[in-house]
Amino acid sequence: MFKKLTLAAAALALSATTSLAATEITWWHAMGGELGKKLEEIATKFNASQSDYKVVPVYKGSYPETLTAAIAAFRANQQPAIVQVFEVGTGTMMAAKGAVYPVYKLMKDEGESFDPKSYLAPVVGYYSDTQGNILSLPFNSSTPILYYNKDVFKKAGLDPEVAPKTWKEVEDFSKKIVSSGAAKCGFTSAWITWVQTENLSALHDQPFGTLENGFGGLKTQFTFNGPVQVKHWANLKKWQDEGLFKYGGPVGGDNAATMFYAQECAMTMNSSAGRAGVINNAKDFTPGFAPLPYYDDVIKQPKNSIIGGATLWVLNGKDKAVYKGVAKFFTYLSKPEVQADWHQFTGYLPITNAAYDLGKSQGYYAKNPGSDIAIEQITRGTPSANSKGLRFGNFTQVRTIVDEEFQSLLAGKKDAKQALDSAVERGNKLLREFEAAN
Amino acid sequence: MPVLLSFVRQTPGRLMETKKTTFDSRLLPYLLLAPQLFITLVFFIWPAAQAVKSSFEREDPFGLSTAFVGLLHYQRLFEDPNYIDALLRTAVFAVSVTALSMVLGLAFAAAVDRLVRTGRVYTTLLVWPYAVAPVVAGVLWWFLFNSTTGLMPFFLEKVGIHWDHDLNGTQAMILIIIAAAWKQVSYNFLFFLAGLQSVPQSLMEAAAIDGSGPVKRFFTISLPLLSPTTFFLFIINVNYTMFDTFPIVDATTVGGPAQATTTLVYKVYQDGYLGLNLGSSSAQSVLLMMIVMVLTFVQFRYVERRVQY
Repeated sequence: MFKKLTLAAAALALSATTSLAATEITWWHAMGGELGKKLEEIATKFNASQSDYKVVPVYKGSYPETLTAAIAAFRANQQPAIVQVFEVGTGTMMAAKGAVYPVYKLMKDEGESFDPKSYLAPVVGYYSDTQGNILSLPFNSSTPILYYNKDVFKKAGLDPEVAPKTWKEVEDFSKKIVSSGAAKCGFTSAWITWVQTENLSALHDQPFGTLENGFGGLKTQFTFNGPVQVKHWANLKKWQDEGLFKYGGPVGGDNAATMFYAQECAMTMNSSAGRAGVINNAKDFTPGFAPLPYYDDVIKQPKNSIIGGATLWVLNGKDKAVYKGVAKFFTYLSKPEVQADWHQFTGYLPITNAAYDLGKSQGYYAKNPGSDIAIEQITRGTPSANSKGLRFGNFTQVRTIVDEEFQSLLAGKKDAKQALDSAVERGNKLLREFEAAN
Repeated sequence: MPVLLSFVRQTPGRLMETKKTTFDSRLLPYLLLAPQLFITLVFFIWPAAQAVKSSFEREDPFGLSTAFVGLLHYQRLFEDPNYIDALLRTAVFAVSVTALSMVLGLAFAAAVDRLVRTGRVYTTLLVWPYAVAPVVAGVLWWFLFNSTTGLMPFFLEKVGIHWDHDLNGTQAMILIIIAAAWKQVSYNFLFFLAGLQSVPQSLMEAAAIDGSGPVKRFFTISLPLLSPTTFFLFIINVNYTMFDTFPIVDATTVGGPAQATTTLVYKVYQDGYLGLNLGSSSAQSVLLMMIVMVLTFVQFRYVERRVQY
């Protein structure tokens, strides 16, 4: 009895405070350093723009840490209203139907205007269900591009304004660079999984998995051991043996950036969000920016590249008032000026067409050459089933497997075909487990 | 202590032969044990029971659907060549780290024990690495051995060794063994030093008068008398390599290349924390727990027999 009374009193007190103070909306995110500060600035500006809601951003560590923390919190009924989840966690979130409040539904329920067409097509495609409904709000998306060292190009007798367009040119340029002694290695790459396997497949219109790269359901199987992927991996091994290519390490490949900044390697391939870092670190040389190379004997017009980055997911189990605030906040986040500011500060893509247009009218791209390469690359042509994106469960682990097999290839333990076959076989096991668990 | 002792009455007559004590109140011993038992229950038994439970279940990460699958996770693990490899790899890692850190710890302790005046300075310096958090230790060695910017690969290159632990599995294993052992040497050193200092001086002097040199004295007097310490450290070190080396692996090699440094405890983390495969990860931690229990049992049962207290 006493317990009940105190509980009622507590509930009363709670409702009294909520009616007075602004409703709090917790937002768990994985943006450290400068990006985190910028994110907090966005929340602060939203809070200042109105008085009913207060968005409280909480930094939860790396992407996997944030996801795991949100899941653990959900199990303990302590979940945040909004959580930022990286693109490889998309499959996991989409399968968790009871835990997720889809964004399209939220916006409709709360009467906020939300038009999927105002977003960049490849971004929307990645995060929509098969009916075309957006399940999570795109926030920070990037795509890989090529960075090169103009000074080294000059030293090697190459035109510093001409970046290699095809892999053949990457090979030829690298040979010139290494043999002239302009740099120790031709090129390196961050994210072997994302850049040299997933994006390679999309660019050349090769399936990464069956059922439209997993968009069509959980029965999907990996197919990234096709001829183009095998050819590319075999080339990377050959170029490594010839000293043209240097491995930057597993996962994000931290050493790739280091080797590029130290002018050890003349070119690197990395996320467009790495642009600010390149500009800050390229103290003794002028960096150039270009689209990713492709094999012109495979495809004449390469397809769009696919995105990486993260989106904001709304979790179930909160009060109606909180969701009202979340919808308002999402509308604020999608405003062209907010989006354009975030995009120009971070190097992430502008998520909406309006933000891109705003940047154009501000003259941002004219003033910052190379800053629009990522957008042009991701919006070129019509996306095919192979370049729409990827949707696989247990994908974090699959990426680990791809990294492992690539290391076996470079160490000479397997050839390209064996390494990719083994990655596909091991990956498929994880897909079946995911299918069984969901 | 005096307060405690007033509750304790040592059985008369057997005062010297055994260390057994009896309590006046029946409740008191339980009360005294309660805080420790409570901590064990909350921080060990409860989570361990949870792990055992979820090792028999298949569950999606959010806990929305759960199905009992029996021994499926265990069966899968034993069919998985990667798991068997991780098991063997962990054995190599545990033996190497334990041997290296104990031999070095003992060597340093024996060296410091012979110093009269500067002993304290060396003791302080040698204990420092233990105060370093494992993840910091990992990052430290990662910097030293970084194939692009590190100091060690630069020198190794001069003697003709190409160091690249991002691709060379053996080198990656050597790196984590060094990093893990480095941190543990301090701990072993402290215990060995304390052990050496409690070796009766009279025995050493007698042996010296009989004409045995310092090396012989060490091996015939100090080492046998150190056996309880050695036994204790052996168990502690094996447990350390099995459980506490996770941050070192995570900070230096991330389990790679191609799983060359994925030990059992790291695999538990990878599958459970990154992969959100809670069932398999739980099964792995249950197995790991059983392995350590069996090892400790075997050590007490067979190795302890040779220990002279």
